[in-house]
Amino acid sequence: MKQITRGVFTIVIVALVACGGGERREGAVTPAPAAPGKPLTIKGSDTMVILVQRLAEEYMKGHAGDLVQVTGGGSGTGIAAFINGTTDLAMASRPMKDDEKQKAAAARGAEVVERPVALDSLAVFVHEANPVAQLTLAQIRDIFQGKATNWKQVGGGDAPIVLYGRESSSGTYDYFREHVLNKEDFSPRVQTLQGTAAIINAISKDKNGIGYGGIAYAKDVKPIAIAAAGAAPVAPSEATVADGTYPLSRKLFFYHAANAPERVTKFVQWSLTPEAQALVSKVGYFPLPK
Amino acid sequence: MTGAFSVAGWVAIVFIFLIFLFTFRETAPVLNLPAMKAFFLARPPVWQPTSDIPKLSMIPIILGTLKATVVGLLFACPVGVAAALFSSEFAPPKLREVIKPVIELLAGIPSVVMGFFALIILATWLQDAFGFVYRLNAINAGLALGFALVPIVYTISEDGLAAVPRSYREASYALGASRLQTAMKVVLPAAAPAVFASFVLAFGRAIGETMILLMAGGNAAITSLTLLDPLRTLSATIAAEMGEVVVGGEHYGALFFMGTLLFVITFISNSFGQWVIRNMQSRMQGGAA
Repeated sequence: MKQITRGVFTIVIVALVACGGGERREGAVTPAPAAPGKPLTIKGSDTMVILVQRLAEEYMKGHAGDLVQVTGGGSGTGIAAFINGTTDLAMASRPMKDDEKQKAAAARGAEVVERPVALDSLAVFVHEANPVAQLTLAQIRDIFQGKATNWKQVGGGDAPIVLYGRESSSGTYDYFREHVLNKEDFSPRVQTLQGTAAIINAISKDKNGIGYGGIAYAKDVKPIAIAAAGAAPVAPSEATVADGTYPLSRKLFFYHAANAPERVTKFVQWSLTPEAQALVSKVGYFPLPK
Repeated sequence: MTGAFSVAGWVAIVFIFLIFLFTFRETAPVLNLPAMKAFFLARPPVWQPTSDIPKLSMIPIILGTLKATVVGLLFACPVGVAAALFSSEFAPPKLREVIKPVIELLAGIPSVVMGFFALIILATWLQDAFGFVYRLNAINAGLALGFALVPIVYTISEDGLAAVPRSYREASYALGASRLQTAMKVVLPAAAPAVFASFVLAFGRAIGETMILLMAGGNAAITSLTLLDPLRTLSATIAAEMGEVVVGGEHYGALFFMGTLLFVITFISNSFGQWVIRNMQSRMQGGAA
């Protein structure tokens, strides 16, 4: 009996582990998209998931019969899936690199089409009780490279700085490293969490925490005003992102092949309509300037 | 019919073998001196595989794995053995019938649930209680891991204690020993190999555990010995980075090397643990006969 019980447990555990494993990397086993009538698959940036899911819901309401599946995983994961042909549309919070474009063009037999769909401001978040309300880009760089380790070094109270960031497959990670750290390395003390939502959650519980992510996720945390070199600090808002005064804003992209089936192009075109762009601001991102 | 069973058995064996072969094949390109130097001797020991100059030192990650494992075992071993002693030597039979299945049920909790619990609840409790700078640290991750190890230590130790022949206990009582003395000085030493095996098997599980540590450990590859820093383990690194790695690159090879390392360690510890158990069983049966 004992043996049987243990056997059953083992099976349960194995099954659960198998399910868990499958869930995270499901993009890898999805069969290649082909004939029309199939669902439109979109994969990539975790930053864009909440936006594109809302777009997809709204789109499916207006286009009965069309099915859109949105999954995250990170910009790099989405682009890899696009190159491998396991997703119709890649969403990315960073522009595709040239070699990626070449690989995709070779694999898909057509040029890659790039469509910016929204603007995102990458915010730096701290705990709501943190007295620090503004930082310069140089200070943020020092903090994330481990050169400043105490809040009092950047105008806060005497407390250690606790760093949160994204894993290296994230477009947000790439963007931050390129535009804030000038392509230098993060401190090894950065705790890498899975997704911006996890970072926000951690900072809302950690009064010494600091992290970064898309502004749309901000909830129970304080986005700080950022000063570029020689400029006044600017808080992220639609106006400051649109006029370019906020130093950390970026475009969010869709990528598809030029020979993509109609279900792809139809959705992409729709996402640029005023109706869809209104949804963009509702979710917390910023519409493309007209 | 027997044919079908034997096919099923062989399929399992072939799978294990193929998995090993595949892992080893992907690891082979980095089994050379320069790669090993980069993995183990690089100064400073930093794991930054996607940096412009990739840094692939495994020292902080191996250290993180060991820290979590040690904390997990320090928690699970005493608790598991004490629970096993209680349920086999002291608990009334009715209570024992409740304790055993309940603890074994703990083994059925998916590790992602355990990880989530540690991430959201345990970390906050610990930080509030002890004022840790980092919410996610080796103590938090190790404790959560410990919860997952208790059933392993308990089940195997309990089996071992129950297998100690009645005659041992009777002889002890006949000499005037109390129940506690009998349990601690006669039964526990007689079952020592099983208890030891349970530690070894728990170690094997701890080294390979992924989800709990990915969620509760903070995932910062820091080379430090303090248990108050966040940690990153071998298994969590594979899980977090395999998704986007360039196939065939050095980073890819490094992740597979970690996989091989885990495979070899768990293979050795599990085989050793099973061997100890089998050895003890045959000795006990011989002794009772």
